[in-house]
Amino acid sequence: MLHTFVAYVEDLPGVLTRVASLFRRLNININSLTVGRSERPGLSRLTLVCEASAEAGHRIRASLFKLENVVDVDDIAHAPAVTRELALIKVAVTPQSRSQIFDLVEVFRARIVDLTSESLMIEMTGVESKIEGLIEVLREDEGRILEICRSGKMTMRRGHHVSSVLRAMGAGEEAEAANGGAAQEEGLPSSIE
Amino acid sequence: MATKEGSNAHLNTPTRLTGAEIMWATLTGEGVDTVFGYPGGAILPAYDALRKFPIRHVLVRHEQSAAHMADGYARASGKVGVAIATSGPGATNLITGIATAMLDSIPMVCITGNVSSKILGTDAFQEVDITGITLPVTKHNFLVTKTEDVAQALRHAFQIARSGRPGPVLVDITKDAQQGTAIFDFEAAKPKPYRPHPMLSVKDTALAEAAELIRNAKKPVILAGHGVIESGAMEQVRTLAERAQIPVALTLLGLGGFPASHPLNLGMMGMHGEAWVNHAIQEADLLIACGMRFDDRVTGKLTDYALKAKKIHIEIDPSEINKNVKVDVALIGDLRQVLEDLLPRIGGRDGAAWLKTIDASKGAVAVRDIKNLPDSGHLYAAHVMHDLWRITGGNAIVVTDVGQHQMWEAQYYHHEHPRTLVTSGGLGTMGFALPAAIGAKFGSPGKDVWVVAGDGGFQMTAAELATIVQEKIKINIAIINNGYLGMVRQWQEFFYEKNYQSTPLVSPDFVKLADAHGIPGRAVRTRAEVAEAVEQARSTNGPFLLNFMVEKEDSVYPMIPAGSALHEMLRRPGHRGKDPLEETAGE
Repeated sequence: MLHTFVAYVEDLPGVLTRVASLFRRLNININSLTVGRSERPGLSRLTLVCEASAEAGHRIRASLFKLENVVDVDDIAHAPAVTRELALIKVAVTPQSRSQIFDLVEVFRARIVDLTSESLMIEMTGVESKIEGLIEVLREDEGRILEICRSGKMTMRRGHHVSSVLRAMGAGEEAEAANGGAAQEEGLPSSIE
Repeated sequence: MATKEGSNAHLNTPTRLTGAEIMWATLTGEGVDTVFGYPGGAILPAYDALRKFPIRHVLVRHEQSAAHMADGYARASGKVGVAIATSGPGATNLITGIATAMLDSIPMVCITGNVSSKILGTDAFQEVDITGITLPVTKHNFLVTKTEDVAQALRHAFQIARSGRPGPVLVDITKDAQQGTAIFDFEAAKPKPYRPHPMLSVKDTALAEAAELIRNAKKPVILAGHGVIESGAMEQVRTLAERAQIPVALTLLGLGGFPASHPLNLGMMGMHGEAWVNHAIQEADLLIACGMRFDDRVTGKLTDYALKAKKIHIEIDPSEINKNVKVDVALIGDLRQVLEDLLPRIGGRDGAAWLKTIDASKGAVAVRDIKNLPDSGHLYAAHVMHDLWRITGGNAIVVTDVGQHQMWEAQYYHHEHPRTLVTSGGLGTMGFALPAAIGAKFGSPGKDVWVVAGDGGFQMTAAELATIVQEKIKINIAIINNGYLGMVRQWQEFFYEKNYQSTPLVSPDFVKLADAHGIPGRAVRTRAEVAEAVEQARSTNGPFLLNFMVEKEDSVYPMIPAGSALHEMLRRPGHRGKDPLEETAGE
């Protein structure tokens, strides 16, 4: 199955190697990996998607936690979450074909972010299937796509969710106070899962 | 400036020191008094500063040995071992020793020098990316390029090495970081409080479930591993076993964690465990795994492993849960603490019927025991181990190498106390014994230390004989010499039609080799000489080497062939010399 892990890691040289090396060691291919700054100074947030057996999720999460620079790991599994990907697509155009692309971009709710006489660049944000859909339609015309750059998936759980680790670091305190402490607690997975 | 006498002063008062001085001062602050190392260009500033600090440096003959010594020191003492090497080849030579410690969860800090930070990554002379290379075989590692980071990195390294499931940590310090100066403030360099693994989980419901399983079990077995010793849970395991009358089987690294003489001790499980132990596990209806990780040498074929048993797994590393064997109840935490929490829920149990069943299964095997075979004039390794155990009263620290002798030691030397067996279990590193024994002697100076090594493994690190002499320490060495790489030969005999490819081994005369180092020794060829020779070694003031010329083609029995089920054992042929492959435990 497809696993999605969201992790907070220290923003230091070599940390990504340690994370990647864990998957290399387990002979698991990383399908997508996005990393960027988080809401916490000194911590990066990454979303990692990989294909592995259903049982592997527990061990991967436990092993990620063993890395000294990994602060928090969430295994999204089937939890309700928003997943998005960003794609930049450069296509070759002629003055005749241009308006056709404009229509497509409109239908897919994408944007044109660069335009020259011979090419234009489309920016699109959405779920994977939507991006695949646009690419598929663009490919109907052979040779039209010049370049594709995709960010990989970014995932965030829905609702007010705070992991026990981030809670210990002071996350979600205001909201919790407002809710009378009713913020959704992430249960530690039962050890037998 | 630091002086040898007043060297602890700056632990209390922030002082400006060089990075090299900060390194030693921090080690002193962490309680280190002995390190094992080898100097070289990139670590020279550190060596230059060493004389000012109350630390004994043991000069090794190869950096691999430095790592094994630090490892042996840690295993014998329970403290963090420290190895030091220079950059490049010095650092890469440590790797086998680091991996050995990693696989067996040994707390260790390795310090390497590296080229100056300005030329890092340029393939400078003796430069190697040691933090990159050791990433998969360390618990964590640090690259330190600034003097002001030295103390913090080292203190953090010690915290990581000893906490949770222990392991080796490497700190790579560039030459300019050693040469520069910074304010040394030991207190300020203290790492953040240790954060336990967030997935530790000992729920009340799980404890209740475990207690219920134990209460209802008819055929329970405790599987005691290295975690018993690392966690210091010997008393708790014993209390559980005695109160609920549960027999205890041990892993190789668990030996000593439960007294061998205890009536509930079954002995070692797994590939070369006694038949009754493995049978008991296969017949059990409950396994209580304490600080062990269901290694393949312990389980045999997983799909046939202990199928009738419910399993309780008490383990500090959450990534070990359900890794090899799916368990019914997991108590993820420090073993001693978990057992403290569990014991109040455990009442007395009548285990007599089950213990009687196990006892009955011992009889048939005991007659095959080599100790009971008539003296044919040949010397068997089992005789040596048996006499060594008898004469040392089981009180020595025995440091083994890897191979047949290691298994015979495990079978015939009965360990009563924790940290009396030092052996490379996970990685199975030949060449481990001699250097690890040197480390063990420094870690536990009051104990007799015996090296037990084969003729093959001994030659891998034999150069450390000189270290013993230079350091003037008393170590006894028993070489189990059969002229073969014995365990490999055994596999060739059983599984490769006796094609003894590259296993016959020519060795130097070990007694003369010892003599060349100024170490006395003697060869032993008959069973009758063993006891006297062991006594002679013990009573000699200083190191002594015994070269036991044992039966060349003896094999370790029982044996579970790799990939077979636990009950599919090859057994020692009886007097009539049946083919061992025809005799299985099913008979």
